Amino acid sequence: MNYIFYFLIVISIIVGAINGRLNEVVNSILSGAELSVKVAFSLIGIMAFWLGMMKIADKCGLITIISKIIKPITKKLFNEIPEDSPAIGDIAMSFSANAFGLTNAATPIGIKAMEELQKHNKDKKSASNAMCMFLAMNTAGFQLIPATVIAVLISIGYKNPTEIIAPTLLVTSIAFVSAIILAKLFEKIWTPQQSPKEDK
Amino acid sequence: MFQILMNILSLWALPAILILILTMGLFKKVPLYETFTDGAKDGFKVAVNIIPYLVAIIVGISMFRASGIIEMIGNLCSPLLSHFHIPADTIPIMLVRPLSGSAALGVFSDIAHNLGPDSYATKLSAVMIGSSETTFYVLAVYFGAVGISKLRYALIVGLLADAISILAAIAVCNLMF
Repeated sequence: MNYIFYFLIVISIIVGAINGRLNEVVNSILSGAELSVKVAFSLIGIMAFWLGMMKIADKCGLITIISKIIKPITKKLFNEIPEDSPAIGDIAMSFSANAFGLTNAATPIGIKAMEELQKHNKDKKSASNAMCMFLAMNTAGFQLIPATVIAVLISIGYKNPTEIIAPTLLVTSIAFVSAIILAKLFEKIWTPQQSPKEDK
Repeated sequence: MFQILMNILSLWALPAILILILTMGLFKKVPLYETFTDGAKDGFKVAVNIIPYLVAIIVGISMFRASGIIEMIGNLCSPLLSHFHIPADTIPIMLVRPLSGSAALGVFSDIAHNLGPDSYATKLSAVMIGSSETTFYVLAVYFGAVGISKLRYALIVGLLADAISILAAIAVCNLMF
């Protein structure tokens, strides 16, 4: 993350200077910072709502039931997480929310899943294999219906906007499966997580 | 038929989840209201916790986009891409998609409005937008929420998956449209 952060800022300044857009680059600091707070604050309400709902789902045993149903899959994907952990149920819920395009619900539930995964993480500062797998599945952006895209297509008078659903679904499935395979592959070749004591 | 079913599914997904959670809670005699408010308390905390991570990533990406580097890469790549029948208009989408969801949607609306519904570029970019996620945002929010700063291979896998999704979009659209 250190290098990415350095790279983003320093390269932007250098390229901005070359392009004569240094002023725009500097102004974007303010607008970017404002946007981040806006994004975070817009999350508060919906976050509270879904964390509340998830607490009920957890208490009444719904999460455990879901975890049991998808156990055969998750056992392979998240092998370091105990089968009875609420993390598994949360991951399933977050994934379904994403698939149905409920982005507002998917983010809070996904964050809750991350908190559960963090409980099983041996180094609290670095990403566990399970977290990398969960985020690989997430960044592949699997969804059944690309609602926003369809809305834009309708707005320009696209005659049959739903015709993009099938190709999108095919592409996103390919990306989703590749992400899972890649995450499993990197899990094997990447330096394993060290426990914090070994860190200097 | 498939599409009607899909529309019903997406309309009813959220209400159905709510009914399921609440009904099961009531059935299992969970104190619904207390449990809800107890869980909801954390909403503010989590949202505020991710602010530093969001600022780092969103400011970095805003600067990156303002610098004009995306246009530069786009210009460099366009001769190569036109060779593979990929419209130059879709290049900004491929580059912006992992960085910013709203910016990518902005570029897409732009293409759609300027080139119209019948153009191949509109269809290709629609598929590209619909089939991927804003990798940097997802990583910043999810890792930020639990305070993780060493991403290990998460970013590489996310970006590789984005690349695969772009290639798949090009291949599938070539065959279908």
